[in-house]
Formats: sequence, C-alpha cells, structure tokens
Amino acid sequence: MANNSNLQLTVEGKDRPTVGRIIQKIIIYVVCTFLGILSILPFWIMFVNATRSTPEINSSFIAMIPSTHLFDNIKILNAKNFKPLIGFFNSLLIASCATGLAVYFSSLTAYAQVVYEWKFKNVFFSFIMAVMMLPAQVTMVGFLQMCYNLHLTDKLLMLILPAIASPSMVFFMRQYLQPSLPIEIVHSARIDGAREFYIFNKIVLPIMKPAIATQAIFSFVGSWNNLFTPMVLLSSPKKYTMPMMVSLLRGDIFKTEYGSIYAGLTLTILPLIIVYLVLSRYIVAGVALGSVKG
Amino acid sequence: MKKKTYDYARYGYIFSIPFAIAWLFFQFYPIIYTFIIGFTDLKGAGNTELHFLSNPFGNFIWVFKNATFRGAFVNTLVIWSLNFIPQILLALLITAWFTDRRSTIKAQGVYKVLFYLPNIITQATVAMLFACLFQYPRGVVNDLLVKMGIFSKSIEMLRYKNVARGIVIFIQTWMWYGYTSIILISGVLGISPELFEAAEVDGANAWQTFFKITLPSIKTILLFTLVTSLIGGLNMFDIPKIFQNGMPDNATMTTSLFIYNQAFAGSYQYAKASATSMVMFVVIVSLSAILFYLLRDKDEIELRRQIRLQEKEYKKRNKGL
Repeated sequence: MANNSNLQLTVEGKDRPTVGRIIQKIIIYVVCTFLGILSILPFWIMFVNATRSTPEINSSFIAMIPSTHLFDNIKILNAKNFKPLIGFFNSLLIASCATGLAVYFSSLTAYAQVVYEWKFKNVFFSFIMAVMMLPAQVTMVGFLQMCYNLHLTDKLLMLILPAIASPSMVFFMRQYLQPSLPIEIVHSARIDGAREFYIFNKIVLPIMKPAIATQAIFSFVGSWNNLFTPMVLLSSPKKYTMPMMVSLLRGDIFKTEYGSIYAGLTLTILPLIIVYLVLSRYIVAGVALGSVKG
Repeated sequence: MKKKTYDYARYGYIFSIPFAIAWLFFQFYPIIYTFIIGFTDLKGAGNTELHFLSNPFGNFIWVFKNATFRGAFVNTLVIWSLNFIPQILLALLITAWFTDRRSTIKAQGVYKVLFYLPNIITQATVAMLFACLFQYPRGVVNDLLVKMGIFSKSIEMLRYKNVARGIVIFIQTWMWYGYTSIILISGVLGISPELFEAAEVDGANAWQTFFKITLPSIKTILLFTLVTSLIGGLNMFDIPKIFQNGMPDNATMTTSLFIYNQAFAGSYQYAKASATSMVMFVVIVSLSAILFYLLRDKDEIELRRQIRLQEKEYKKRNKGL
C-alpha cells in the first residue's frame, strides 16, 4: 500500500494535471456520488414516509424531511397483528445459533484439512468444493418431506442445524488457515501434552479470529435475510422470521395505511442498517478478502 | 526405523465427521428424496406415501412441455443477463477509476460502503419497498412523474410486463454492482505493481494498460463472478416473489418461484415440483463443475504432477540399474 501511494505521487509529479484529467475526475466524482445517493435514496424515502401520517403522505408522497408520526404508525401495525418483535427475536435466535454452529464446525473441518494427513483428505476437499454452490431451493421438497417424516416441520431447529455443513465457509477457512497457521505451534503444544481438541479450541480458534469474524458477519446476514426455507418450513405466526413479516404488509388491511407499511419495512431492516453502520468497514474488507483466492 | 508414533490421522476423520453427518442428513438425503419423489405422483400436504408412476419420466416430460416453466426459465435467463451485463460494465468502470494509478480518487472507502449497502439489506424488504414506491393510484414514483409533467395522470406501471421485469432487473443490478466492484478492485490490487510499472515505462496510456494488463490479469476473477452470479441468478426467488409474485402475466416468474408455486403455494404438487427441481439441479451442477474447474489449486496440481514424474523417472532409473 505504502509503495503504491509513493509511486502515484511520483507519477503525478511527472505529468502535470491536464484539463482533460480534471474534467475526468469531476465526472468520476459526480457519477460515484450519484450512485451513492441512489443506494440510500429508496431507504431514505422509506424512513421519511415511516414517520409521516397517512394524511401527510396523501398530500404528497415525496418528502425528504422526517415528520413526527413514527410511533403512531407503529401503533397501527401492532393493532393489525404485525409483531416485529416476534420476528426480530426469531430471526436473532436462528441467525446467531446458525452462525455459531457454522463458524465452529467449518473451522474444525478446515483444521482437519490443514493439519492432519489422512487418506481421503483430498477427496473430501474436492467434494466440499463440488457441493459448494448447491442451493437450498432445488432440494426443498425432499427436505420438507424429511421434516414431515420426523415431525420436525415448524421447528426453528431445522433452520439452525443444517448450518453445521457450510461448504463454502469450510473452503474459505481452509484458504485462510493454510498460510497463517504455524504448524510448529501445534507440534509444541503436543509436546506439552495438549490433546488435539484442546489445541483446536484454545490455540487454533484464537488464531482464526479475523477469518471467523468476517465469516460470522456474512453467515449472520445470510441467515437473517433468508426467505425461502423459513417460508416453506414454518407455518405458525409465532415462529415467523423478519423477512417473512414483510409479506404480511401486503394485503388489504394495509391498503391505505401508507405510513405504517413504510414503518413496518423500516423495522424489518433497522437491525441490519445499525449493524452495517457499525461494521461497514470490516464488511467491505471481508467482501474483498473473499475474492483474493478467486 | 521403529518409531513410537501417535496416530494423528484419525483426528482428520474425527474432526470431519460433524460436517459429513450434517451434510449427508440435511443436504444429501433431501437431494435423493427429491429425486425419488420426482418419479412418483406425490401431492398434498402431509402425504408421505410414495406411488411410482407407470411412466417413470412422466413428471419430467410434463416439466419440459410446461409453457409456464419454459417461460420461467427464459425469464430467469433474461433477467439474469440483463442485470449482469450493466452490472459487470459498471463494476469494471468503477474498478478502472478506483485503481487508476495516475489519478487517485479520494473517499473510495465511503463510496464502497455506499455501493455495497443495498446488497446487505433483506431482499424481501427491498422488493416490497419498490412495490410500494411504484404503487398505484398514488405512490412515490407516480407522484413524482406527474409533478414533473412526464405523466398527465398516474399510471398503473406494474401492470406492464416490461416495466415489472425492468424493475426486477434494476433491483438486481443495483444490489450487486457494488459487490462485484469490490471483488474486482481487490483483484486488481493483487496484480503485481511491476506489471503496471513496466507498462508505464513502455508508454502505455490508461486505456491500453486497462485492456492489455488489468483485464487479462483478473480473468479468473471475472469468470468466478460470472459463474457465481449465474448460479445465484438461476435461484432468484425473494425479489420476484415479494415484488409481484411472478406477475403480471408471469413476466417476473422465475424457475425457483415456479417450483415454490407448484409445491408450497396451495396446490402441493410435490412430484412435479421435485421433477422441476431436479432439472434445475442438473443445470446448476453443470455450472458448479465449471466453477470447480476454475477454482482448483493450480500450483498444487502442478506440484503433484512433478512428484509423479519424478517417481516415474526414479523407477525407470532403478529398472535400468
């Protein structure tokens, strides 16, 4: 990085900025700023309308300044059986448990790939890569029927446990662990008499913290945003997840309550917006990291 | 050479067991089950008894003959490609701008954070939000267009097939170009700076550098993006489902939504949905195979090849002696 910026300085010093280059720069900033605004604008309109009363919205749908009726709109939602807190806690429970299982067992599987020599190691890894992209959609009928047979439909557990096998995360963890785990640490821990599980839990996991943090964020967001599986599997409104709550906003009871629809939408993504505001730098860095080996 | 060894290999197996069991149970078994159901006449919620069809491929023939499925398949491909082309072009443009060594763009971090924002927000909410924005008779977009004098009165835009499809395409592009940009930028930053220096010394201009050095160097990443995006595109569900539920006139119907509607939206045609799933399964597995081929560890394969060659050489020499 430091090298790069030095070079840029010398290059810039060599040829002075021409008019053409200045115009080009202006165009770049204008386009990028436009795209940036485009990213926020729909959400800003959503938020502003969430704070406006229905008469206010009826007088004009377009406003850029929030009003004061957010809580009135939320009250209307509550009166119509839209319970965002239930969705929030269900989604939180599913996403955090699934993420915990996914990062732990993916790290464990990756560790087995990196540290031990066993006969089917390479076959197993090839297999993991082969099934990495298999989507849930195409196996859903079989999955649902299996749940019927086991009387496990409408159970949050069936949305959590499958996270133990997260092939793409194993792939990422292995790519991370391969160059960054000094094998000597494992050897010396063994000499000190540490058991293999202890070495993994107490020595290797802490080394993997950066990778775990990145993967945890994406796993959490992915699980939180998942719509297909919960929609197929869950039937009782008490178990609804946050994305499922969104579809409740459709339908006639909200036809004219514009403000409360926007309020409902705002509530479904508020946690994500907060998380993103706090962690955006790490998240963007994590996206970039995911491609390094691509 | 007797050595007191402790067999560590077994831990390789032990540590892989949880993954293997969970995969077999939650993914492999459902695949096989779905496959088998595809040959039966299973329908109705809660039924688990399987009766095989007299013509085992009946459901598959039904799938290929079904106009809605064929329409959905074409739709999925059209929506995907019309979102991917502008997405990759925009991402390449941003990449060229952000990695240009002659002029630095400031606040790149902020821009990246903004560009990526739509990607992290729940797709269901985004779809519903856009449906609300385009609402009829009164909605944000309608109000705006009437006020600007473009429309004389508000129009039910979502009734037009191409408008609905266009909005889905726009949402997809808007959600994904930031992600693609970040991936491509990080790919370009990984290119050895010496290559660029050499180009500069040779007097290459920005365009030449971009097309002759940058693009070829990120070829793998571009292919990776293409294949993952295509697989993701073939599974497109949340946005068409929540936005207009495949309407109007199946213009936003995708294959995933078709499967969902067959199996889970009231008609419970499990067997037909399974057959459709398996058709999509084959398509996606073929695409995964391409990805697998792209991602294989080239260095390791080369190393193993070298080792094998050397072993052969060694054996030959031993024979000769």
